[in-house]
Amino acid sequence: MATGTLLDVARDEASLRHLLLGLPPVDPVGLEARAASLATRSIKKQSKLAAIDLAISMVDLTTLEGADTPGKVSNLCRKALRPDPGVPDTPRPAAVCVYPDMAATAVEALAGSEVLVASVATAFPAGRSSLEVKLADTRLAVESGADEVDMVIDRGAFLSGRWGVVLEQIQQVKQACGEARLKVILETGELATYDNIRRASWLALVAGGDFIKTSTGKVSPAATLPVLHVMLQAVKDFRDLTGEQRGVKPAGGIRTTKDAIRHLVAVGEVAGTDWLDPHWFRFGASSVLNDLIMQRRTQTEGGYWGPDHVTVD
Amino acid sequence: MDLDYAPAPESAATGRLAERYLPFIDGAFVEGNGPDLTSMNPATGQALTTVSTVSGDDLDVAVAAARRAQSRVWARMPGIERGKYLFRIARLIAERSRELAVVETLDNGKPIIETRDFDVPTAAQHFFHHAGWADKLQHLGLGRAPQPLGVAGQVIPWNFPLLMAAWKIAPALAAGNTVVIKPAETTSVSILVLAEILAEAELPPGVVNIVPGAGDIGAALVTHDGLDKVAFTGSTEVGRSIQAALAGTGRPLTLELGGKGANIVLEDAAIDQAVEGVVNGIFFNQGQVCCAGSRLLLQESIAEEFLERLKARVDTLRVGDPMDKNTDVGAINSEQQYAKITALVEAGRDEGAELWTTSCPLPEQGWFVPPTILSNASPTMRIAREEIFGPVLTVMTFRTPDEALSKANNTTYGLSAGIWTDKGSKAMAMAAGLRAGVVWDNTFNRFDPTAPFGGYRESGFGREGGRTGMAAYLEADEAEED
Repeated sequence: MATGTLLDVARDEASLRHLLLGLPPVDPVGLEARAASLATRSIKKQSKLAAIDLAISMVDLTTLEGADTPGKVSNLCRKALRPDPGVPDTPRPAAVCVYPDMAATAVEALAGSEVLVASVATAFPAGRSSLEVKLADTRLAVESGADEVDMVIDRGAFLSGRWGVVLEQIQQVKQACGEARLKVILETGELATYDNIRRASWLALVAGGDFIKTSTGKVSPAATLPVLHVMLQAVKDFRDLTGEQRGVKPAGGIRTTKDAIRHLVAVGEVAGTDWLDPHWFRFGASSVLNDLIMQRRTQTEGGYWGPDHVTVD
Repeated sequence: MDLDYAPAPESAATGRLAERYLPFIDGAFVEGNGPDLTSMNPATGQALTTVSTVSGDDLDVAVAAARRAQSRVWARMPGIERGKYLFRIARLIAERSRELAVVETLDNGKPIIETRDFDVPTAAQHFFHHAGWADKLQHLGLGRAPQPLGVAGQVIPWNFPLLMAAWKIAPALAAGNTVVIKPAETTSVSILVLAEILAEAELPPGVVNIVPGAGDIGAALVTHDGLDKVAFTGSTEVGRSIQAALAGTGRPLTLELGGKGANIVLEDAAIDQAVEGVVNGIFFNQGQVCCAGSRLLLQESIAEEFLERLKARVDTLRVGDPMDKNTDVGAINSEQQYAKITALVEAGRDEGAELWTTSCPLPEQGWFVPPTILSNASPTMRIAREEIFGPVLTVMTFRTPDEALSKANNTTYGLSAGIWTDKGSKAMAMAAGLRAGVVWDNTFNRFDPTAPFGGYRESGFGREGGRTGMAAYLEADEAEED
C-alpha cells in the first residue's frame, strides 16, 4: 500500500473501508500473553530513576470533574510547576488537562512555563452532540489558549460502521485546532474488540490526529497494556508506511509507578525508543504523579516516603 | 531517549549450590563408583560443581532397590496414599521454586525468566496433575484394575532437566511403578535437588533412584534385564539404538526424539501475534526444544513483510546473562552443542541460504549463539532437513495451503507443527493433514500436563501427559466386567 492510497481514503468511503477491513486481525490470546510477559521486565536502580523522571515529564496532569473550579485548576497548575516542593529538580509534567471553560484559567496560571495546556473538547466525554457544537467546543479551547485538544470520536458512528462520519469529524476538529495538537480519544473500553481498536487507531491517524489516546477516564476498562500494545503497533506501522510519527496517550487507570514503568517498557519495545519522549507519549492521569514523586524520593534518598510528604492537588 | 535496563541479576546464592552432588539410590545419597563429572555453567564456561556418577554395579543396586520398593511397598500402597506423596512433592517443588530456578539456570544456561515462569512451575504442575490420577486408575479406560508395569528405566535430556524428570517420574509413580532415572551428563544438578525434595517428602526408599552418568550408563540402564519399562527422551540416533537393543525383549518402550517442526503462517493470520509465536517457537530455550518450530513456512503473498517484521522483533530480544531477569535468550547448554549449531549455520550459508543475525551484543565468555534467521532456504538444504537444536530459524515460502502441507510433511520427523490463520475452518483442515503428534493453532510451545505430548515416525512413539501418558505406565485389566 503506497502513501498515496492512504491520503485517497480521506475522500472515498469505499477505500476507507478497504483500508480498515484489510488490516491484519488481532489474536486476543497472543496479544494478552505478549503484554503480560513484557510486564515482567525488571527495571531497577538507575534505570528506575531515569524511567520515573521520564514518566513524570510525560504526565498530562488532569482534572475533569463537573465540580472543577478556577481554584481547583489553579492549584493543579501550581502542582505542575512545583511537583515536589522539597526537591526542586523534580521534572515538571508535560501538560495540565482540563475542560474547555477552564482552559483560560490554566493558561494564565502556567504562563511563562514550558508546561502545556491541554483541553478536552467535542462534547467530552460522550461526544453525543452535533458537529457544530463539537467544533464550537474546540474553538473555545483553542481561543482560550490551549496548546493541545483532546477530542472524543463518535463511538456510535464507529460501531455502526459509519467510519466516514468519524473520519470527517476528526478532520474538521483538526482544522478547528489550528496550531494546537490534536489528541483523538478512541474510548477503547466502548470499542470492545482489539480489531476495532486497531481500526479506530488507523482511522484517527489517517484523519490527521497527532495523538491517539485510549480513554476519557470515564469508562471502564480504561487504558490496559494489551490495548496500548495495539495502539503502539499502529503508530509504528503508520510511520513505517508514511514516514510520519504520531503520539500515543493511555489515560485512566494508571495509578502507580509500576504501572507507568510497564507502559514505558511497552513503548520502548513495541513502538521503539523514538517514542520515549513527552512529545510522542503521554500519561493521562493525576494520582500517578504523587506515586512517581514518592518513588523518586525513595530512589534518591533511600527511605520510603508516606503520602503525607507529597502535596495533594 | 533510550530506556536502558540496568542489570537485574537473580542472586546465585539462592541456588545454595553444593560443591559435590551424589547419586540417590535406595533413599540415600551415596558415593557412586563411576568417575566424577564436572558440571559447567554454560554462561561462563566455568566449572559449577562436581557430580559423582554411578558404575554398572551401582545400577544393579539401584534396579534391585527399585524392584524391592515396587513389589513390597509402592505397588501395595493404596492409590490415595501414593497420591499424597506426589502432592507433597509438588508442594515442595513450589516452595523451593526460586532455588530450583536458579540451580537450573546456572547449570543449563537458560534464562531465569524461563526457569522461574515455565520450567519449575510446570514441573510442579505435572506432580499435582498425576497425584490426582493415583487413586483414579479405574477411570482411565483401562479396565477396573489396571496394574503397574513394575520398574521403569528412564533417560532424560539436558534441555529441560527438571521438567523432564517430572514428566517421567510423576506418571510412573502415580501408576504404582518405581523408577531408576538417569539425567543428562551436562545437567544433573536440578534432579539431585529434586532428590532432596523426595527425601524431605519421605518417599519410601527405592521408589525413585537417580543415577547420574554419561552415555554408557544410559545404554547400560535401558538394556538392564531388571526393567519392565523403558522411557527415553533424547536424540533420534540414540533412540534408534535403544529400539534395536530392546527388540524381541517384549519390554514396553516409549521414545520421545527429535523434530523439525513446521510453523506455517498463512496470509490471513493475525500477523503481530504470529510474529510473537514464531519467535517463541524457535527462540524459547535457545531453540533447544525437540518440538521447536524450526522451519518457518510463509505464504508468498506476505513473506517479505512478515520477514521484515520478524527481524525487527528478533532484534529486540535481549541475549545475555541468563541470571538477569531481563534476558530473553541465554546460553547454549554445552560447547559440543554450540559447535554443532555453528557448523549447521555455516552449512546453511554455504548452501545458499541468506543469513541474518540479531544485532544484540553477545557476552564475551560462555556459549552464546545469536538468534539467527536463514531465509531463502529450500527443502534440499541440510538446515531444512536436520534438527539444529539451536536458536536458528529456517525460512521457506509456499503459495497454497496444499503446498504448505506437503512441505511441512516433507521430513522424517513428526513431532510438532503450528498453524497461523484467523480462519478456524482452514486451521482445522490443515491440522488434519499435518503428520505431527502435536499441532498448535495460533500458538506454539504450549504445554499442559492434561494434554498428551509425543510424536511419530522418527520423532518416536508413546505419549506423555493426559490419560494416554498414564496408560504408558499401566497394564490394562482385561477381565470381563461383572
